[in-house]
Amino acid sequence: MSQFLQYLFSGVTVGSVYAVVAIGFNLIYSATGVLNFAQGEFVMLGGMVAISLMPLMPLPLAVMVAVGVVACCGCLLEVALFRRLRSHSVLHLVIITIGVSILIQEAALHLWDEKVRSLPYFTGNEVSSVTVAGASLSPQVFWVLGTVALGVALLQGFTRCTLSGRAMRACSSNPEAAMLVGINIRTMRTLAFGLSAGLGALAGCVISPIAMTHYDMGPELAIKGFAAAILGGLGNPMAAVVGGLLVGLLEAFSVSLVPSALKDVSAFAVLLLVLFLRPHGLLGRPSGTAVREA
Amino acid sequence: MALLEVSGLRQCFGGLVALDRISFGVEPGRIKAVIGPNGAGKTTLFNVISGILPPTAGRIRFRDRDVTGWPPFRIAGLGVSRTFQNVSLFLHLTVWENVMVGRHVRTRGGLVGCALRLPGQRAEERAIRETARAHLADVGLADRADEPAGALSFGQRRMVELARALATEPQLLLLDEPASGLNTRETEALGGRIRSIRERGVTVLLVEHDMSLVMEVSDDILALHFGTPIAEGPPSLIQRDPKVIAVYLGEQRHVATD
Amino acid sequence: MKPRWLHPLPVVVATVIGFQLATAAAGKSYYLTQMTMAVYYAVVAVGLSLVMGYAGQISLGHGAFFAMGGYISALLTTHDLAAWKTAGWVRWLEGMGVLVVRPNLYEVGDLLTVAPWAAFGAALAVTGGVAVVIGFPSLRLKGLYLAMATLGFGLIVYRIVLGNRLLGAADGITGVPEWSLGFGLSVSGRSGVRVSNYYLAWALALGVVVLLQNIVGSRVGRALRAIHDRETAANAMGVNTARVKLQAFVVSAVLAAAAGSFLTHYNQGIGPSEASALKSVRYVALVAAGGMANLWGTLLVSTALNFLSLRGYFGTYDHAVFGVLLIVIITLAPEGPLRPLGEAMRRAWRSVSGGKEAGRGAA
Repeated sequence: MSQFLQYLFSGVTVGSVYAVVAIGFNLIYSATGVLNFAQGEFVMLGGMVAISLMPLMPLPLAVMVAVGVVACCGCLLEVALFRRLRSHSVLHLVIITIGVSILIQEAALHLWDEKVRSLPYFTGNEVSSVTVAGASLSPQVFWVLGTVALGVALLQGFTRCTLSGRAMRACSSNPEAAMLVGINIRTMRTLAFGLSAGLGALAGCVISPIAMTHYDMGPELAIKGFAAAILGGLGNPMAAVVGGLLVGLLEAFSVSLVPSALKDVSAFAVLLLVLFLRPHGLLGRPSGTAVREA
Repeated sequence: MALLEVSGLRQCFGGLVALDRISFGVEPGRIKAVIGPNGAGKTTLFNVISGILPPTAGRIRFRDRDVTGWPPFRIAGLGVSRTFQNVSLFLHLTVWENVMVGRHVRTRGGLVGCALRLPGQRAEERAIRETARAHLADVGLADRADEPAGALSFGQRRMVELARALATEPQLLLLDEPASGLNTRETEALGGRIRSIRERGVTVLLVEHDMSLVMEVSDDILALHFGTPIAEGPPSLIQRDPKVIAVYLGEQRHVATD
Repeated sequence: MKPRWLHPLPVVVATVIGFQLATAAAGKSYYLTQMTMAVYYAVVAVGLSLVMGYAGQISLGHGAFFAMGGYISALLTTHDLAAWKTAGWVRWLEGMGVLVVRPNLYEVGDLLTVAPWAAFGAALAVTGGVAVVIGFPSLRLKGLYLAMATLGFGLIVYRIVLGNRLLGAADGITGVPEWSLGFGLSVSGRSGVRVSNYYLAWALALGVVVLLQNIVGSRVGRALRAIHDRETAANAMGVNTARVKLQAFVVSAVLAAAAGSFLTHYNQGIGPSEASALKSVRYVALVAAGGMANLWGTLLVSTALNFLSLRGYFGTYDHAVFGVLLIVIITLAPEGPLRPLGEAMRRAWRSVSGGKEAGRGAA
């Protein structure tokens, strides 16, 4: 039983990171129609920047500054690059995000080097553990779950209750109509990029003690996050959370079935299966136009 | 026996009912027109018949076979071809190549034959080029054959699209607002062209707003309003039908006499 | 009438021969090795351009197809089947030449392995089959989804070859034997046959380009281009769009596997990095750089860039170069840089010669 709980918590922990990446995908996809392949890089950058800031300031401040810096990078990406590419086809834009992802990785490699690093544990250290129903967990797990849950709740609150948040939802639903009622689409798009980047960075900081931070952790996260996003159904932010948790759980439990070297394969296999069997996702509507060829 | 038989056709987009229990037939060798104000569901009807949209309910029979839900290319293979309301030419291909694509459905050259340029495939390619050129000449655009399709004017693109549709050797040709964007003289020429298409044995179903063209060219007319048929019959009858007049023709226009 | 697109062929052949003679004269024959490898990689890009440029779909898994071809060839030609030596079907296959006995490269004794030609066939067949399985559902969805499906597939292949002991894990498979093609030709990295292998690789590449050009100019090629332009209209005109797209995808996958197989025999081995996502992205960048729907352009640009990369000219920025290439080209010249470059050169030439004319006129 405790083994089961161990897997469960492990799955939910890593799943919440996938959920954050998936939410980020969704945010940018809804606001701009772009599938941002560089999503995983925001997570990596969050951890890396925070680690670099550690000698200069206390941990909580380092995390906040890192989140801010990466969020600005996200905005910069939209303003400097994607804003000028409105006329390109979706396919071209995805290729460009792949190129951006490579560049960010290479920049990280040259800025920081290929060593694996991590932030210190927020509370306790690598041997401290909390026992829950027979399973021993690191206190960092609660930090991850708590932070992600808080982040998601804040995001939901923002999009549903504040004017800017509602404006963003309007943009993703019908850009032309949103423009007609005076919503500044460009700001909304920049905001979407910034939020995605910031959330990703936060997840990167909070998962760093457990999963480590290294320069090429981005693409794998992006793929798994994408798998989570389409598992839930693209365009549906809450579904992204569900998708992320499911992918995380699947990965954790698959360790009991296949050799651990192949555990990542389960996430990719999920991606393929969903694409083949139910491309609109578990919670999406089979509306055809979003997914099938026009 | 009707070439095309549509029964109980219903098409819903979410809460919107675009087509509401439409049933009609098209006799071979006739020209039938579908009229109705904008939003009456005419293009949706075409999209359903040509297979681009599967109907929510109802059945479509063509040449006595149930083609409901067939993919468009299979329906084209059976002998239905169409033009589009906003001309859908392959703009990156030349005018000639556009019409050649129309021959795709009647030819068979496969990957291996094409890669190795086998004699059978070479002969078929020559035939494709000649037939396509002939169709292009029929619409008077053979001299623009090697230009990219995007270089042509709207009216010319219309004609190329017609040539492309005819190159598929259809038994039923669907024309989606062929006269839109044409002036009076061009519309008259179009009428003559449609009649000559019928002379060649192709049945025509057309959607059109231009009443003079419709009245002059059609053998039968089906009038739609909000996705429902309100009248069906020869032009003389439709012109006088009070429902049609109230909805579409209006009181002030002089109705053309035969 | 010789088709217009064959015109580059004599020039290319002349350049190929010229390069070989030049390197021989300069005593730098080892350049040929990197050039041979670059050409094999370019074959993958050319095949991919059929899918990207003509069908308008993106595949991020061609590194995996290349690796599949290479690994299958490597595994079958190095795995010793001696344990089954006495089985009836083994003897029968041996009799047919499918299995051969060859000396072990590392220890004393003989190995019973699959013959290279049979392994090649298996590599193509298996890769083709997998491509059908992946492509069939993905090509019905928007292009984006094929990109993701192939990326996921590529990552799965990478993980499998990286983690599997039979496939050599992180070290890959080594000791892959030469592949003797008859007439004294053999696919091998031995310095003695460097020149013949160089020409062999080019012959393969040029053959592929010619075959693909034939396809592009034919009924199938027109269908592909029509699909790329307006898929719904193509479908309405009777083109079985799903099947044509799948055919292009499978052809490109099989070509990648063939290149993988050849290169594995040339390098006498293969490693997991060939299946990495970075390699797959590199192929996409090469196709974009060559001009999406430009077979000759893709061949030449790919060969040049791969050669430079293999010779180490990009240093530690190797990956970054391709990343930048991707972004710059797609942003500025989505149809490929060669046409705008050609235009710019023509304009420059015109202004130079036009200026001279004006000068003469005024004088």
